[in-house]
Amino acid sequence: MSATTAAQAAYLVAALLFIMALAGLSKHESARLGNAYGILGMGVALAATVVLAVDGDISAAGIGLMALAMLFGALIGLRKARGVEMTGMPELIALLHSFVGLAAVLVGWNGFLNVEHDPDGHEARALDALGTLGVHHAEVVIGLFIGAVTFTGSIVAYLKLAAKIDSRPLMLPGKNALNLGSLGLFAALTVWFTITPELWLLIAVTALALALGWHLVASIGGGDMPVVVSMLNSYSGWAAAASGFLLGNDLLIVTGALVGSSGAYLSYIMCKAMNRSFLAVIAGGFGIEAASDADTDYGEHTEITAESAAELLGSARSVVITPGYGMAVAQAQYPVAELTSKLRARGVDVRFGIHPVAGRLPGHMNVLLAEAKVPYDIVLEMDEINEDFAKTDVVLVIGANDTVNPAGAEDPSSPLAGMPVLTVWEAGQVIVFKRSMASGYAGVQNPLFFKENTAMLFGDAKARVEDIVGAL
Amino acid sequence: MIVGVLKEARAGESRVSSTPATVERIRALGYGVVVDPGAGAAAGFPDSAYQAAGATVGDAAAADVVLGVNAPVPAQLDLVRPEATVIALFAPAFDPAMVQELGGRPFTALSMDAVPRISRAQSMDVLSSMANIAGYRAVIEAAHEFGRFFTGQVTAAGKVPPAKVLVAGAGVAGLAAIGAAGSLGAVVRATDPRPEVADQVRSLGGEYLPIESPEVEVSATGYAKEMGDGYRAREAELYAAQCREVDIVITTALIPGRPAPRLITAEMVAAMRPGSVIVDMAAANGGNVEGTVKGGKTVTENGVTIIGYTDLAGRLPAQASQLYGTNLVNLLKLMTPGKDARLVLDWDDPVQRSITVVRRGEPAWPPPPVQVSAAPAPAPARAVAEPAPKKAPATARQRFGGAALGALALFLTAAFAPAALLPHVTVFVLAIVIGYYVIGHVHHALHTPLMSVTNAISGIIVVGAILQIGHASTAVTVLSAVAILLASINVFGGFAVTRRMLAMFNRS
Repeated sequence: MSATTAAQAAYLVAALLFIMALAGLSKHESARLGNAYGILGMGVALAATVVLAVDGDISAAGIGLMALAMLFGALIGLRKARGVEMTGMPELIALLHSFVGLAAVLVGWNGFLNVEHDPDGHEARALDALGTLGVHHAEVVIGLFIGAVTFTGSIVAYLKLAAKIDSRPLMLPGKNALNLGSLGLFAALTVWFTITPELWLLIAVTALALALGWHLVASIGGGDMPVVVSMLNSYSGWAAAASGFLLGNDLLIVTGALVGSSGAYLSYIMCKAMNRSFLAVIAGGFGIEAASDADTDYGEHTEITAESAAELLGSARSVVITPGYGMAVAQAQYPVAELTSKLRARGVDVRFGIHPVAGRLPGHMNVLLAEAKVPYDIVLEMDEINEDFAKTDVVLVIGANDTVNPAGAEDPSSPLAGMPVLTVWEAGQVIVFKRSMASGYAGVQNPLFFKENTAMLFGDAKARVEDIVGAL
Repeated sequence: MIVGVLKEARAGESRVSSTPATVERIRALGYGVVVDPGAGAAAGFPDSAYQAAGATVGDAAAADVVLGVNAPVPAQLDLVRPEATVIALFAPAFDPAMVQELGGRPFTALSMDAVPRISRAQSMDVLSSMANIAGYRAVIEAAHEFGRFFTGQVTAAGKVPPAKVLVAGAGVAGLAAIGAAGSLGAVVRATDPRPEVADQVRSLGGEYLPIESPEVEVSATGYAKEMGDGYRAREAELYAAQCREVDIVITTALIPGRPAPRLITAEMVAAMRPGSVIVDMAAANGGNVEGTVKGGKTVTENGVTIIGYTDLAGRLPAQASQLYGTNLVNLLKLMTPGKDARLVLDWDDPVQRSITVVRRGEPAWPPPPVQVSAAPAPAPARAVAEPAPKKAPATARQRFGGAALGALALFLTAAFAPAALLPHVTVFVLAIVIGYYVIGHVHHALHTPLMSVTNAISGIIVVGAILQIGHASTAVTVLSAVAILLASINVFGGFAVTRRMLAMFNRS
C-alpha cells in the first residue's frame, strides 16, 4: 500500500460518504446523520490529501502555509456560521459559492503556471508523454471559466441579497446577445488556447468570464434569487468537477458532479414552481413589461385592525399561515412562532403553507420557522395544503404576494398565468399583512386584496403580529 | 321595539313566520314579541308554546316590526303603524299590483324572497330554504301516488326493481329531491343546463345526465337562464328518451321573472308507463309539464298522475315555519347591529337594499342589480393574450429516440476522447446521475440545509489546492494558499451552519 493507493481508497470512501450525506438530507429524521457523514467524508478526504501532499516533495514552507491557511479558513468559516442570522442565510450561501468559484479560478491558474507556463517542467513532460497536454490546456480554460463565472455571479447575488446594491434587474441593451456572444467568444478562445497556450489568452478568458458572471446575475431580479442561488450552487459544483479533471482527481470530479447535478435539480424545482423555463429566468427582466392591467378596477380593499384580527383568530378552528419574503425582511418569524404556539395552546389547528419559491433561497421559510421553534410537521408544502384551504377558517398571508395571487390560477392574460399558487382565497377569511398596496415582485396587482373575504392589515409585519399576540 | 308575528290570512296557508324557538332568538336581540292569537295553530304551535317562549298574545299588526309569511292582506296592512317595518314574502318581482298597493302606504316593507344570492346572505335565503323543503316533499308526494316501492328488493314473493326517478333541474329543490329519492332507494338521474352542478348531483348519489351543447351556461344571478334553440332540441330528445324509461319525474325548472320553461310535452307524458308519477314543482309559474293543473292533481288517459301542488313547502308546516323563522332571525340580526332592539335599515348594504320594496312610504322597487355569481363575467372586448399552446408531452417513441441519440453522442465523444480522460468521464457521468436521483427525494423543507451541505462539500476543491502547494514556484504556492484559505472557509462554515440549522428543526 503506497500513499497514492491509500489516498485513492480514502477518496472512494469519502465519495460514498458524500453520497450518503446527500441521501441523509432527504428526511428530517436522518438529516443530522447526513451532515455527520458529510463531515466524516470531508475529514477522510482532507487527511488522505494531506498525507499524500506531505509524502510528496512538498516544501516545509508549503506545509506551514497550508496549515496556516486551513486554520484561518476554519476559524473564519466557523465564526461566520455561528454569527449568521437565519434571515441572512441566502447572503451567506451566495458568499460561500463565490469562495468555491474563486478557489477554482486559483486552482486553474496554478494548473497553467505548473504546466503551460513551464513547458519543460516534469509535469508538462509527463502529460506530453501521455498525449494529453492538449486536453490539459482545454481543462485549464474551462475550469477557469466556470470558476470565474461562479465567483462574480455569486458576488453580485450576495450584494443583491444583502441589499448592498439595487436588486432590480440590470437592463443592458441586447443583454441576451451579450451573454451568447461571450459564450461564443469563450469557445473561440478555448480552441485558440488549446492550440497555443499563451498567457494573454488566459487573462482574456478570465476577464471575459468575470464580466459574464457579473452581467448574468445583475440582469436577474431579486425575486428570482431562489433560482439564481441554486444555479450558482450548481455552477460551484461544476467548477469543482472541472478542477478535478484538471488535476486528474476523481474525488473532485465525483463531488463536483454531485453538487452540480443537485443544484441543477433544485433550480429545476424552483423554475417549475414559477411555471417558467430556466432560460426565461436566466434571460431575466421579469415584470418589466407587466404593467398592462394597471388600469383595471379591482374594487375596494377592506382594512382590519390587529384587535379584530386577534378576535377572528381566537374564534377560528383552523388557521393557515402563508409566509413570504416579507416575513424574513421584517424578522417576524419569532412573533409568528409565538402566535402559533398561543393559538395551538387554545386548541386552534395552526399550519403553515410554504410556496416553493417563497423567500430568496430554496427552503428559506422553513429554516426561518425552524429557527423560531415552529415544529416542522405543521409546516407543509403548497401541494400538501392547497386542498385544505376550503376547510380553513382564517389564512394569514405574511409578507407574501405573488405566491398567493389568484391571477396565477384564474387570469390567462396575467404575467403570472399558470404559476401554481397557494389558493388562500378559498378559506373563510384571509388577512394580508402588508406595508402598502404596492404590487409584488412580478409587478402584478393582486386581486386577492380586493376579494370580499380578504382584509388588509397594514404596517410592519413584525409589529402587527406582535399586536395580535398582545391582543390575544 | 316590539316584533309582531301575524296569523296568516291566506286560505290554506299552514306556515307561520316565527316558531317558539325563533321567538326566543328574536328576544335575545332585545325585542319584545307579540303573536296573533292562533298564529301557529296550523303549524302545530299553540299559543301557550309562544307564551312559554316569552311572547305575549295580542295584536301583532300594531307592532314595530311585523313578520308574516305571505304578504298581509289589505285589512291587516291597514292596521300597521306608519313608522313600522313589515317583513314578508311580497314577491315584488312577480306581483306589480302588490308593489303598487304597498307604494301607497307610509311604512317600510321588506320582501324576504328578494334576498340576493350572495354567500353572505345565504342564511337569509328563504327561497333556498323553502325549495329544500319543497324538493323533499315532492318526492314524498310522488311516493304517495306511486303504486310501488322506491327501493329494489328481492323477496320471497318475487323481485321488485327499484323505481327510476328523473329530476329536471339541480337547483336547491332539485338537489333536495335527488337526496330524498336516493335515500328512499330509487335510482336517481338529474339534468341541468349548468354543467358545474354535476359534482353536486353525484355527491347526493344521483347520476348527472349532461345535455351536450356548445352553449355553456354562466349565469350572473346564480339562477339558471333560458337556453337557445339548439340546446332546447337536444334537451327535448333527452327528456323524451328518459320519460319512456323512468317511473317518477320531478321538474323544478324556474327562470326568475318568466313563465316556467316547458320541459315535458304531452307526447312525452303519453309515452310514460301507466302508474308513473310526475311532480311539477313549477306549477305556480305555468308548469314545466304540459297538462299540469295548478294547485291540483290530474291523471292522464294513460294513467300517469301529474301533481301540480303549489304549496309543497307548506305541506311541512312545522319544518317550513322553523326554517323561515330562522331566515327572519338572521335578517333581524343583520339589521340590529347593536342587539339593542333597534331595527336599522342600512341603505348601503346590498342585501338590505335588495329586499326593500318600500322605504318609509317611498317606493324603492326595483333595487339595483347585485352581481352575485362566483364565476366572473367574461371581460368585454379586452384583448386577452392567447396562452401559448402547451407542448404535447413526448411520446414513448420520441423519448426513446432522444435517449438513443444522446447515448450515441456521448459514445462518440467518449470514444474519441483521449484514453487518459476516459475513466474520469465515466466517474463524472455516473456521479451526475447519482446526484440527480439522490436529490430528487429531498424534502422541500430541507432545501436550505441541502444547499449549505453541498456548499460545504464543494469546498472539496481544497484537495486540489493542497496538492498544488509547496511544489514549484512561489506564485503557485501563494495562489494555492489563498485557495486553501477560501475553500476551508467553505468546508468548515458550510458544515457548521448546516449543523446549526438542522438542530433547529423540531417536531411538535
